[in-house]
Amino acid sequence: MMLFALVFGPLVAAVLVLLAAPGRRSAAWAAGLVALGSFGWLLTEFDTVATGTILRHSVSWLPQLGLTLGFRLDGLAWLFAALITGIGALIILYAAWYMSDGDPIPRFYAYLLTFMGAMLGVVVSDNLILMAVFWELTSVASFLLIGYWTHRDDARGGARMALTITGLGGLALLGGVILLSHIVGSTSLDVVLASGAQIAAHPLYLPALILILLGAFTKSAQFPFHFWLPNAMAAPTPVSAFLHSATMVKLGVFLLARLYPALGSTEAWFWIVTSVGLATLLVGAVVAIFKHDLKGLLAYSTISHLGLITMLFGLDRPMAVVAGIFHIVNHAVFKAGLFMAAGIIDHETGTRDMRKLHGLMRSMPITGTLAIIATGGMAGVPLFNGFLSKEMFFTELVSGDALSSHLNDFGAVLLPFAVMIATICSVAYSVRFIHDVFFNARPDELESRPHDPPVFMWLPVGLLALLCLAVGIAPKWVALPLLEVASSAALHGGPGPLPAFELAIWHGFNWPLAMSGIALLGGTALYFGLQARLGLHKTSGLPCGGRDLFVLTLRKLTSIAQTATSGLENGHLQRYLLLLFALIVVAVVLPLATSSWALSGPRQTLATPSFIVVWVLAIAATAATVIAYRRRLLALVLMGIVGLAVSLCFVVLSAPDLALTQLLVEMVTIMLMMMALRRLPEESPERREHLRAYRDGAIALAAGICMAVLAWAVLTRPPPATSVAPYYLETTVAQGGGANAVNVIIVDYRGFDTMGEITVLGIAGLLISSLLFRFRPTGPKAPQPGPPSLMLVLLSRLLLPLAIVVALFLYFRGHNQPGGGFAAGLVMAIALIVLDAGNGQAWVSRRLRADFRPWIGAGLMTAGLTGVGSWLFGSPFLTSTYDYPWLPGVGGVPLASAGLFDLGVFLTVVGATVLALFAINGLSEPDSAPEPPRS
Amino acid sequence: MTVELLVAVAIGVLTTGGVWLMLRARIFDVVLGLTLLSYAVNLFIFAMGRVRAGAAPIVQDGVAPTLDNYTDPVPQALVLTAIVISFAMTAVLLVVAIRARSATGTDHVDGSEPPS
Repeated sequence: MMLFALVFGPLVAAVLVLLAAPGRRSAAWAAGLVALGSFGWLLTEFDTVATGTILRHSVSWLPQLGLTLGFRLDGLAWLFAALITGIGALIILYAAWYMSDGDPIPRFYAYLLTFMGAMLGVVVSDNLILMAVFWELTSVASFLLIGYWTHRDDARGGARMALTITGLGGLALLGGVILLSHIVGSTSLDVVLASGAQIAAHPLYLPALILILLGAFTKSAQFPFHFWLPNAMAAPTPVSAFLHSATMVKLGVFLLARLYPALGSTEAWFWIVTSVGLATLLVGAVVAIFKHDLKGLLAYSTISHLGLITMLFGLDRPMAVVAGIFHIVNHAVFKAGLFMAAGIIDHETGTRDMRKLHGLMRSMPITGTLAIIATGGMAGVPLFNGFLSKEMFFTELVSGDALSSHLNDFGAVLLPFAVMIATICSVAYSVRFIHDVFFNARPDELESRPHDPPVFMWLPVGLLALLCLAVGIAPKWVALPLLEVASSAALHGGPGPLPAFELAIWHGFNWPLAMSGIALLGGTALYFGLQARLGLHKTSGLPCGGRDLFVLTLRKLTSIAQTATSGLENGHLQRYLLLLFALIVVAVVLPLATSSWALSGPRQTLATPSFIVVWVLAIAATAATVIAYRRRLLALVLMGIVGLAVSLCFVVLSAPDLALTQLLVEMVTIMLMMMALRRLPEESPERREHLRAYRDGAIALAAGICMAVLAWAVLTRPPPATSVAPYYLETTVAQGGGANAVNVIIVDYRGFDTMGEITVLGIAGLLISSLLFRFRPTGPKAPQPGPPSLMLVLLSRLLLPLAIVVALFLYFRGHNQPGGGFAAGLVMAIALIVLDAGNGQAWVSRRLRADFRPWIGAGLMTAGLTGVGSWLFGSPFLTSTYDYPWLPGVGGVPLASAGLFDLGVFLTVVGATVLALFAINGLSEPDSAPEPPRS
Repeated sequence: MTVELLVAVAIGVLTTGGVWLMLRARIFDVVLGLTLLSYAVNLFIFAMGRVRAGAAPIVQDGVAPTLDNYTDPVPQALVLTAIVISFAMTAVLLVVAIRARSATGTDHVDGSEPPS
C-alpha cells in the first residue's frame, strides 16, 4: 500500500499544489515534505529490502490484457527510489532559495513533483507496459521542466528537442517491451527477468534488444543522441541538478541494469552497449574541456560519465555490473552537488561563463571548498567517491580474462587505452572547472560583488559533498550494504550470489592504481598544457554535429510536411473533389483488377420493351443538362426531366413508394432551386479551360464506368441465399399490421432510423430559416417579380383544400398501399409553397398566421412519444402495436401505433419543408409586396 | 437490350454527368451535379435489390410472402429515406451558397474569383 503512496503521492501533491497555488514558501514546504516523507519511509524499509525481500503491491488494471497496476521494490529499485527522493528533497530545499519571485513557483513544484512521481513509477513498476507508461510521463514532465521559462527561446527549443529525442526513444522502448512480452508471454517483470535464456534464443531477440536499447540510449544521452542534454541546460539550475545528474538521464542506465538478467550475456549486447558507451565516454570527455559555460561543461561531463556506466554494463561481467551500480550512485551525488554549485555561482555573479569567472575562492570560500570536494569525486581523486568506482572499472578492463572472450589481443589493449584517454580528459575538465572559476586571477568584469549564499542554499551541496567524502573514505560502512543488495537485484532480478569483491581505498600497487595516477597527472598536465599552448578561452568550442543534424532533419521534415499539406490542401474545392473521385475510382478498380471475376452472372435478365422509352428520356435529359449547364434555368428544367425519368423507372421496376416520393421531392427541389436561382447568377461564366474540362471528363467517365460495371455485375447475379428481406415480407402483415412492406420497415422495423432522419430534416429546416432570418442579400438585386399571374393565384388557392384531401388519403393508405407520412407531408408542403409563390408571402402570412417551426417540434414529439409509449407496455422503444377497429358505415380502419409515428413524420416533413422554402422565397419578395387581386 | 443493361448504363451516365458537374467552379453547378449524382446513387442502391417488374413489395392475400413473388423491400426503404435527406442537404447547400455570395460577391466554390 505504501508503494502506491510512494508513486502516486507526488502526483497527487502536484495536482494539489497546482490547484491551490500557494505562496512560494508553502509550495516548497509541501513538495519538500512529500519528498522527505518518501525518503524516510524508504529508509525504514531498507532492512527488509536488504535481506532480499521484494516488497510488492498490485491491483488488477486491465485483466483482459493481463495488465496489473503493480509495484515491486527490490534492491535496485530501492537504490533509485532513494536517489530520487533524497536528492529530490535537497533540490527542493535549494530551489526554495534559488528561484526568484518573478517565476510561477507553484507550477515549478507541481512539475517537479510530477516528474518525481513518474520517476518513482518507472523504477518500482513490476510490469513492462506500466514501466513504459511512466517512462513517457517522465519525458513529458521533463519537457515541462526544461521549458519552464516559457519566455525564453532556448528553453522552448531545448525542451522540444529533449521531448523529441526521448519521446521517440520511449516509442522504441514501448515496441521493445511489447516484443519482449511477446517472447516470454507475459508483461510481468518477474517472468521476464527469469527468462534470460529463452529470450536470448528467440529470433526476435535482436529487434527487441535494439528497440529497448534505443529507449535507454536516448534517455541517457548516449552518442549519437547525446546532443539534447547540453541544450536542455536552458532549464533552471535546480532542474538540471535533479534531472541531468541523478534522475532523468539515469533512467537509461537503470533500464540497462533492470533488464540485464533478461537481455544481457550475449554477443550483441556486449558489442552494441560497450561500443556506444565507449564512444559516449570519449566524445563527452573531450568536448567538455572546450566548454566555456559551467553548465555546458557539466552537461558534457554527465554524458561522458553516463557513457562510462553504459560501458560497464556492456562489458557483461558481474563485477562490472557492481561497478556500474556503484558509479551510478557516486555520479549522482557529486554531479548534483556540482550543478547546484554552478547554480550558486551563476546566482551570485550573474554569469556562468568561465572566461569571465576568476578567483572566486577568496570571496566564496564555502562554495569553493564544496565544489572542490565534488570535483574530486568527478575526477576520481583518491579519498573521494568517484575514485573507488573508477578503480573498479580499471580492474575490469585490465584483468586478463575479462575481455578475452569477446576481443582479440589487440582489442584487449586498445580498449583500456581508449578509456585512459577519456579519463585523462575527464581530469582535465575537472581541473579546468576548479582552476578557472576559483583560482586563476583576481575577479574582474563581474556585475555584482559575489559572496557565499545563505546557509540553506549551500547546505544541500554540503550534504552531498560530505557524502562524497564519506563514501570515499569509509566505503565499507557507508556504501557496501546498499551496493550489495542493489547489485544482486541488478544481476539476478532479486537476491542472488555476488562476485567476491572488497571495497577498499588501498589494494596495493597494481595496474588500476597506476592508471589512476597517470590519469590524474596526465589530465592536470593536459589542462595546463592546453591553457598555455592554445589558450582555452579563445577556442570557440568543438562542433558537435548531432545537434545540427537534428535541426536540419527537423527543418527538412517540416518543409516536406508543409509541401505535402499545401499541395493537397490548397483551398480549392475542385482540387479536393478531383482527388476524392480519383481515389474512389482507384479504390474500385484496384480490387477488381487484381482478382479474377466474371463481368456477368447467371441471373435471368428482364426484358421490358417499354422501359427503353424511360431510358432514352433519362439519358437524353442527363446529356442535355450537362451540355446546357451554363444556362442555369434551362439546365434546371432539364434536370427535372431526369428526375421524372428516374421516378418512372421506379414505377416500372416495382417500387411505387419510391416513384411517388421521388416525384414529389423532385417538385420541391425544382421549386427550391428556382427560388435560389433568383439570388444567384443566371449563367455560369464562360472560361477557357478545355484542358481541365477534359481531365475532369476523364475522371467522371471512369467513375461512371465503375458504377455501371458494378451495377451490371450485381444485377446479373441472383440475390444472396440468406437475406433479411424474406423476414420483412413474411412478418409485415402479421407483426407490422400493414401490407406495404416498405412503409412498415420505415415506420416500424427501422423506426429509430426514421426518427433520426426526420430529426435531420427538422434541423435542416430550422438551419435554413435561421440562416435567412432578417437576411437582406446584398450584391446584385434579384429581378423584380412581375405582377402575379392570375392563373397561378387562382389555381394555387383552389389547390390547397384538394391537396389536404390527397395528403390525408396518402397518409391513411400508406400502411397497406403506396403512400405514407413522407409522401403526404410533401403533398401538403407543395400546395402551401405554390400558394406562397403565387400570392406572395404577405398574403399567405396574413391568412395562415402559421409559424411552421412548432410543426417540426410537434412532429418530433409525436414520433418520440409514440416510441416512449411502448415503454408503458414493457416493450422496447418504438415497439409497434396495431388493431383494426370496426366503425359502422366505414368498415375496418387500420389503426396501428406506427400510424401515430407516421403522423410525426408527416408533421415534421411539412414543417421543415415549408419553413425552408418560405424562407428562401421570402428573399425575392420586395419589401412591400403588392396585394394580389382579391378573388 | 435487357433492363439490367439499361439500368447499369443509366447509372453510369448519371454518375458521369454528376461527377463532371461537381468538378465545375460555381456552386450552383456543383449542386446540379450533386443532384444528378444522388439520382445515380439512389438507383444504384435500389438496384442492389435486383430489378423486377410487377412485383411491388405490397403483400397480397393468397400470394406467398417470399422473394419469389415480391421484390426486395429493404433497398427501397433505404432509398426512400435517402431521397428525403438529399433534398434537405440540397436546400441547406443552396442557402449557404446564397449567403456566401452575398458575403463574398462571388458564387465561386472557393469564395473568391480565380485570377484570370
